[in-house]
Parts: sequence; structure tokens; C-alpha cells
Amino acid sequence: MGAFYEPLNMIITGVGGQGNVLASQVVSVAAAEAGYRVAVGETFGVSQRGGSVMSHVRISRDRPYGPLIPRGRAHVIAGFEPLETLRVMMDYANPDTVIIMNDRPNYPLGCLLGEDKYPRPQNIRAAVQKMVSRMHVLPATELAKEAGSPMAANMVMTGALAGSGLLPFGREYFVETIKSLFKDHIRELNLKAFTVGLEHVALPVK
Amino acid sequence: MTIMGVCCEKPGSKVALTGNESIARGALEAGVGYASSYPGSPTAEVLGTLAKLARQFNLYAEWSINEKVAMEGAAAASFAGLRSLVIMKADGLNVALDFASALAISGCRGGMVIVVGDDPGAHSSVREEDSRNLCKALHLPVLEPASVQEAKDVTREAFSLSESLQLPVVVRCVTRVCHASGDVLLGELAPANRRAVFTKQDRVITFSIKLHALLEQKLARAADMAGNSRLNSYHGPGDANRLVIASGPCYMYALEALEMLGLSEQVGVLKLGITWPLPETLLLGYLKAAGEVVFAEEVEPFVEDNVMALAARHWDEVGRIKFYGKRNGRVAGPHGPGIGELDPDVLAQSLSAIWSTSYTRPAWPNQKEILDLLGEKMPDRELALCAGCPHRASFWSIRTALELDGRGGIVLGDIGCYTLGIVRTGYYLLQTMHCMGAGVGIASGLGKLDCFGFDKPVITVVGDSTFYHAALPALVNARYHRANFMCVVLDNETTAMTGHQPHPGRELTATGEPADTVQMEELIRGIGIPYAVQDPYDVPAATEAVYLMLQQQGPRVLILRRTCALAAVKGKRKNRVYVDPAKCIGDSCGCGRFCSKVFACPANIWDAESGKARIDEAVCNGCGVCATLCPQQAIVVERTV
Repeated sequence: MGAFYEPLNMIITGVGGQGNVLASQVVSVAAAEAGYRVAVGETFGVSQRGGSVMSHVRISRDRPYGPLIPRGRAHVIAGFEPLETLRVMMDYANPDTVIIMNDRPNYPLGCLLGEDKYPRPQNIRAAVQKMVSRMHVLPATELAKEAGSPMAANMVMTGALAGSGLLPFGREYFVETIKSLFKDHIRELNLKAFTVGLEHVALPVK
Repeated sequence: MTIMGVCCEKPGSKVALTGNESIARGALEAGVGYASSYPGSPTAEVLGTLAKLARQFNLYAEWSINEKVAMEGAAAASFAGLRSLVIMKADGLNVALDFASALAISGCRGGMVIVVGDDPGAHSSVREEDSRNLCKALHLPVLEPASVQEAKDVTREAFSLSESLQLPVVVRCVTRVCHASGDVLLGELAPANRRAVFTKQDRVITFSIKLHALLEQKLARAADMAGNSRLNSYHGPGDANRLVIASGPCYMYALEALEMLGLSEQVGVLKLGITWPLPETLLLGYLKAAGEVVFAEEVEPFVEDNVMALAARHWDEVGRIKFYGKRNGRVAGPHGPGIGELDPDVLAQSLSAIWSTSYTRPAWPNQKEILDLLGEKMPDRELALCAGCPHRASFWSIRTALELDGRGGIVLGDIGCYTLGIVRTGYYLLQTMHCMGAGVGIASGLGKLDCFGFDKPVITVVGDSTFYHAALPALVNARYHRANFMCVVLDNETTAMTGHQPHPGRELTATGEPADTVQMEELIRGIGIPYAVQDPYDVPAATEAVYLMLQQQGPRVLILRRTCALAAVKGKRKNRVYVDPAKCIGDSCGCGRFCSKVFACPANIWDAESGKARIDEAVCNGCGVCATLCPQQAIVVERTV
């Protein structure tokens, strides 16, 4: 058993509507169930959807922390969208930050209208790689579709976080949390998506 | 973060709660009997949580029509001896202000707590109003939780304080507490046996200057109690020469910033859990020892101004102190002092400059190198109406009808998801935007300017929840004075922006009881204004309806009714919408990529490889409006029902 960060600073980021907040909820309920202190700060904009969203999740042994992670001090960033991952990295990453990134773009309005250009996926990947040494890129939306619905990409990403080896508690706490938060076919879908994500990242680092 | 946590019956256990759930738990531990609110971010989930538990805890919970009515209802419960809670965002306090200022004079009986959600940084508001200044003007005590745990503890404490003072107490909670989550150590739940008593002898009156004197006495007592309150705390060396005075989550930021700077051992941090009235004796004790004082609070220099006034009154006791804060510009974020949120970085930077320690804000050092790898500039992500949002279709119809009309018609609006009519996703349609219902009042005014040569048609859009909350007086006024404008009610059959709360037009109440629905058509008919109803998803019909009504005179109402796309698909299988690649002829069509570039629904994307339109199935909510607008009829809707 290796040493864990104290506190573990985790950022979950994406676009409103991707189920970002729900993912941070699963992580933090699981952390609290596992006996850890947890502080979560949610940042989302005016409307329910469409803007950048970011959850700061801080997990610690004894001491409570504030809901905001200082700049440059994230240990892991789970990005549900490539551009948003990079945006958050600019402020919060350092060379040791672990990046877990969904490869599926969600195009900002300016890109749809042709006023801005969405960077080429391989360029975003190169930029991320230039910044950090450990990065997992996974097709979370496609994996979620295979599991039953593209909407479950958030649970694929949660599974990937659980499989990263960075959290000080085991997958069983996640499974129990998902079981307690959802029911019926949504529960089955989310458990399946979680497992797919976990197994994807638990493979050797590329 | 679960309802099970909020109602957990094991005191001493730790559960993960959001700040809003923590407030609700605090109210349950205090034995709240009556809770009312109008939904507003960041505090919208407090009442929602209590409503879910209403039956179990024998409490009454309602989504009121607006904040003033909510506060009056909660006051009534307090007059009858119950503990009552009213919840609103800062903007809502403005709505309730008239009653609140009278209530402060009359006082209350059962503990009454007013939770006000302030939104520093205006994450989910049109402005970042600091309600503490209003609370001071109201003569009401203000408590400020610093963390999710404190949200519960402070709320519970506020009930006792209110009861002992016979005065409502404000819990001022900021977004970083309401929308934060954390583990919360639970206390004991109060028993749920209570009776409302208001007899023929009871009188609760706001009248006479004597009551003003009594109110001042209550505040003096509150200041004494504040001095001994465990809601204040101090962290650091004894007799600190360097002192940070913090309130709300800035306390947590200050502790972390000092740690980052290696100054924790040298600097004291005084957290004020009660920021009005000031705990003067307590403060003077620290001020006497201090030579330098920094203020960490959001948004306005409220504690700062009042502490400096206190120090000025006691100049002979406190000696020379150098104050640092917003007034001298030394505590400031990227937008300047007193503007926007603080965070650990802003405080670390401010404190390091004040005390000449070395600190650089550690964002990525060489951003240019990374951005060069992108090959493009990093695109911003601006706010967008959801895929399938009926407002987009309504805005499109209004825009088209105004173009057909050709007289340069003006469009006004106010607060709701449709506020996004001020930005690109809403085609920049809205030309005024202020507060709940203001569009109708402004339209009523513009509609009387014809005698001054104003000849443009005026349309104001208003949401259904806003219609009940604030549009009715302006509509009555418009009818009475024959103001010339058209009101379009964007009726998505819910309070969408804050999380789909019901309103008087719905069949169920907050607690799921059957309601006596108040139909907006009946209200409009009652006022005597002509109206029509149309489905915005039927764009040609809606456009025609807007155009035809534009040609009429006097006040008139068009209801564009279609359930919020998110509410409509919740828990259901969505329609599958896709582009038939055989029919989409891409850029040779001449439509100018209508679906993605012009109509601009975020689910309508462009596939650069094939040179054709595509539907992003991870985003699409299946409304099918784009299919009716595509000139090639290349978009296919497979309906699930």
C-alpha cells in the first residue's frame, strides 16, 4: 500500500449536462463512506447547461479543507471533454498531475457558428502530453454507449478515477454508493459503465 | 448528498451533505415547523430537501409565489409560535424587503430564520449583491457559515438566537457554502410535536417609534451574545500583531493561504460567525494586540468598514493599526478590490504582497508553448440554451416574425433560462434585462411613449414562473393604462433554471400534494387582456402567431407553451434524431449550415470529414425542431412513442 496525497486534490471538469456534478457526488459520498473527510466545491454557470463546469473534490484523513483547490495543486484531473480538460490544466495542473480524459469533443457555440475553430484532437492530446507525464485518454462516451447510453459517460469516467490507483479507498465504496444513489435500470447501466471505465484505466499506462 | 443523510436519526454520525442540505438538516435539528421559499440559486435546494421530508417530520413546506409572500407566511408561523424558515437568494431579499423592514420592528415569536444565498462572482445570478448591507439597514442579525458543517450548526443556532431576541435572524450563505459538499457531524433531531397558537389577544404590530427603540435594544443584546458565541473562533498565536479577520468560506481560504506562505505560526485568524451586529468586545480584545489587520470577506467591505468604524470610536484603546482590505485596494482578485470571489490564491497573493513574502501564483508557467501546440486559439465556451430548449424555438420565431414585420421591433426580457436571450444562443434578442418581471413593467412604459414619437413594436418575454412571481402587477397596470406592447410568455411548465420546481400553474405542490392549479389563461382573461396559445416547436405556426399579434394594439399576450426539454426527457427514452447523409448536401445547399450555424442548437454539429451536418447523440434531446427547419428535409426523427 503506497502513500496517498493529503489532501488528495481532484478536479472533475466538463460541460454542463455531462453529469459532472453527479460524478463528484459519487466520489465524495464514497469517500465519506470510507471514513475520509471530504470537501467539494462546484463551479457552474448561469444556466443549468452549456457552460464549463468544474468540481473540486478534496479528500483528507483528519483535517477539513476549503472547497477550492489552489492553482497548480491538482493531483488528478478527470476531464469529460478534451478542451475543458486543457482549460482546467492551465490553471490547476503541475507536471505530476495525472490526467484522465474523455476523447469526445463537445463543441462550443463559437465553433458551431464557425467563428472559432475547435483544435484538432491530436493537438489537444499533444498539449496535454507536453504538460504531464501520466495521462489516460479513453473513449468514455463510446464506452458508455456500448454500456447502454452515452449519458453514462460520467460513470465511465468515475470508474476510470477509481481505477487510477490515486484514491485511498477501494472500488467497493463506489459500487455501494452507486447502488444507493440509483435504482432499477439506471443503477445497472451506471454500474456497468463504472466497471468499463475502471477496467479501461486499470490496464497498463500507454 | 443524499436525502438519507439529511434525515439520518443517529446523532454523532458523519454523512456527506451539500451546504443546502446541511442548512435543511440544521433546521430539522432545530425543530422547524414551517418552511417557505421561492427558488433561487444558490439556495434553491434547501426547500426542496425539506419538502421531501415534510411528511416524515410533520412540517409544512411550500414553494411560494415570490419571496415577499414566502416571508410573510413564515412570519405568520412564527407569530403562532412555530419555528419557521424562509429561504431566498440575495435578489429575493430585495423582493421581500418591504415586509422584512416592517417585521424587524414588530419582531417575531417562534424562532424565525431567513436564509439568504449570496452569490459572489455571480455564478448563477445577474449581479453579486452583498445582502449584509441590507440586513444592517433592516436591523437584523447576520450569521455567516464558513463551511458545510457550519451551515448546519449556524442554522440551528440562528433559531435559538431569534427566539431569545424575538427577532428574525439572517443566515447569509454564499455559493461556496451552499453548492459545496462535505462530511457533516450530525446533531440530534428535534421532536416533531408542535401546535400553532394565535389567540384573540395576540397582536404583532409595526407601529410607533417605541418599537424602534426596542429593536435597538434587541440589537445591543445580540452584540453581547455575539461576543460569547461559539460561532466565532480564533486560530493562531496569542496576542497576534498580524491579524486576519475573516467571514464565511474566506476563513478556510485564509488558513490555507497562510499555510502556503508559511505564515500560519505568525498570523492570527479571527473568524466572525456573527458579522452583524459586530461582537465589539471580542473584536476590541484582538484589535488592542494587533498592529496590522487584513480583512478577508466577500463581496463588499462590510466587516472592514464596520470594524474600522469600531476602531475609530475606540482609537485611544486600540492604538495604531494599519488596516488592509478593499478600501485600500490591498485585498483584491483579478477584477479588482470588492469585485468577484476570493479564493486561496487571491488571498495568498494579497497576503504575500502585504507582508512581503515571496509567492507567485502557480498557474502553468509557459502557457504560450502549450497553446502553440493547439494550432488554434483556445475557444471560449459561452453559455448556451440546452439542446431542444423550447426557448430557442420561441426566440427563432420572434426573430423571424420581427424580420417579416420590418418595423425594427424591440424585445425585452428578464430573469429565467430565457435570460440567455441576451447572448448569442438567444440571437442577442433581448435589449433590456434587470430583475424578475422587469421586462413587463419596462414594456408597459415603452408602450406609453407613442405621444413622444416612439413608434416601434415592443415585445417582452417572460417565463411562466416569473409570470406568477412578478409579471401580474405590470400586466394589470398595462391593461388599466392601455399600454401598447405584446407579452410573450415562454411557458416551459416549470421553474427550469433552478432545477424544475413547481409553481401555481402546476398540478402538484412542493410536497407532492394535489394543488388547485391557477391557470395563467384565467388570470390573463380576468385582467381583460386578449391572448393566444401556441406550441413553439411548431415554428411556422408560432412565427405566424407572433407576426399576427404584432399587428394588434394595446396589451396582448401570446403563450408559447412547451415543457422544458430536460424535464420532458427525464427518465424517458429520447427520440432518435439523425441526419440522412443521402439528403444533406452540405455546403452546396446554400442554407449556410442552417442547423448548426444559424439555428445553432448545440446538438447540431458539423462533420468536417463528410462535409455534412450531423446530430451529436450525446447532446440531442430529441425535440425534432431542426428537422422541421432543414430546407432539404435531411434530418430524420425516429419517435419513441
